[in-house]
Amino acid sequence: MTRGRGEPARSAEATESDDLYEKLKAYEGRAAAVAGRGKDPVNEPMIRHWCEAMGDTDAAYTGPEAVAPPTMLQVWTMGGLSGHGHSGRSEAYDELFALLDDAGYASVVATDCEQEYLRPLRPGDGITFDAVIESVSERKTTKLGTGYFVTTRMDVRADGEPAGTHRFRILKFAPARSRPADTRPRPTAKRPRPVINRDNAGFWDGVAGHQLLIQRCGDCARPRFPWLPGCNACGSPEWEAVEASGEGTVYSYVVMHHPPFPAFAVSDHADAAGPYAVVLVELAEGVRVISQVVGVPPGEVRIGMPVRLEFRRVDEELELPLFRPVGAGVPGGVR
Amino acid sequence: MNGGGVRMSGNNTSVLRPGDNLPPLEIPVTRTLIVAGAIASRDYQDVHHDAELAKEKGSPDIFMNILTTNGLVGRYITDHLGPGATLRKVAIRLGAPNYPGDTMTLTGTVEQVEQVGRAGPGGGAATVTVTVRVVGANSIGKHVTGTVTATVPARGGHI
Repeated sequence: MTRGRGEPARSAEATESDDLYEKLKAYEGRAAAVAGRGKDPVNEPMIRHWCEAMGDTDAAYTGPEAVAPPTMLQVWTMGGLSGHGHSGRSEAYDELFALLDDAGYASVVATDCEQEYLRPLRPGDGITFDAVIESVSERKTTKLGTGYFVTTRMDVRADGEPAGTHRFRILKFAPARSRPADTRPRPTAKRPRPVINRDNAGFWDGVAGHQLLIQRCGDCARPRFPWLPGCNACGSPEWEAVEASGEGTVYSYVVMHHPPFPAFAVSDHADAAGPYAVVLVELAEGVRVISQVVGVPPGEVRIGMPVRLEFRRVDEELELPLFRPVGAGVPGGVR
Repeated sequence: MNGGGVRMSGNNTSVLRPGDNLPPLEIPVTRTLIVAGAIASRDYQDVHHDAELAKEKGSPDIFMNILTTNGLVGRYITDHLGPGATLRKVAIRLGAPNYPGDTMTLTGTVEQVEQVGRAGPGGGAATVTVTVRVVGANSIGKHVTGTVTATVPARGGHI
């Protein structure tokens, strides 16, 4: 699969002038991580989880005198899901990666790991580390693709004492062949279907008849939305459905940019898969409805904007109550 | 370096000589092992747990991360050398990826056996340094090749 340094560079590309390589080479000797700090001290639970995964039953890794498996050395330096933030990985390393990413060498695979263990790690040891970019290879072609090997060397300390060294080599590469494009027809994702039950069936019946129905308490007359079996104010199970006037204002909103959900794009202006605004509309009756605003780009939605109800068929099976700014043109109008 | 064998206090290896082959260890490469190893090593790269994203990146499936391979190689050696063995160096290079459903067979060949220090009068601790060449092969090829150096307490009556 991958070959490391020392492999004769036979491909012509390696002998061509390689401006990128010259740029990458300049990072050799620069720090890859400075004053990194392990997120957790060496600890028994992580040791146990590791041993379970590896099937390692060595008695040295359990009990009051337990040490960590030496091969966990790198584990104590990992950023995990939350990353290292400001500690650890250096700007130089980030720049080096950005150069490679921007040049199309965006994939990464680890190829070599060379560790030397200087002292055992025991539960409670606090881990710190520094790393240097040791070398960057010329451009190499491997079975995986073409790219550059980047080698770093990390010095790991436990409670300030040298505990081990960790030399790590990765290949940053552009995959040799991208998979053939998937040309199978894909079903277009639709909006989620409403879950209709005894408590909210009346609302959806209203939508079918182009009425926005809210509930009003049969005892205290307080309006409520969304539909619920009892009154939030007095607890009464008595209620009646009343049709909202359809007038309201934007009480709050967020604009959804990513990931794109084409099914939710409703603006007559927006790109089909572009951002869309999710709004909380306060109806004239005093209740609030989560919906969407159509007729203006999502960036032009504002709190306090007066809106009016309209029903829109979003796909062949689903019609929804949405809102349009008062004064905005209707679909099909010239704008 | 000691050209002959060295007696050790290991379990099933009272004598090790350069050229000796270690018994193979078969590791079923399950999806669970790949994911458990990745998470136990705090490696959340998607190619080690999310098959869909791995495919998007050109890999046929998820594959084992290097830290898991490193841990398995270390375990293979300490399992064989027995209690008291301590890893000093593990250097590995990855080749053919370990995909789910494959089996990796680890084999080892003793390269060097060296006694460091001498046993004390009371049968005290001398140390033997053992260097083993390790290969882990799967159905595609060599997943890992590497060299492990470990120390083992020597027993008094070394050869």
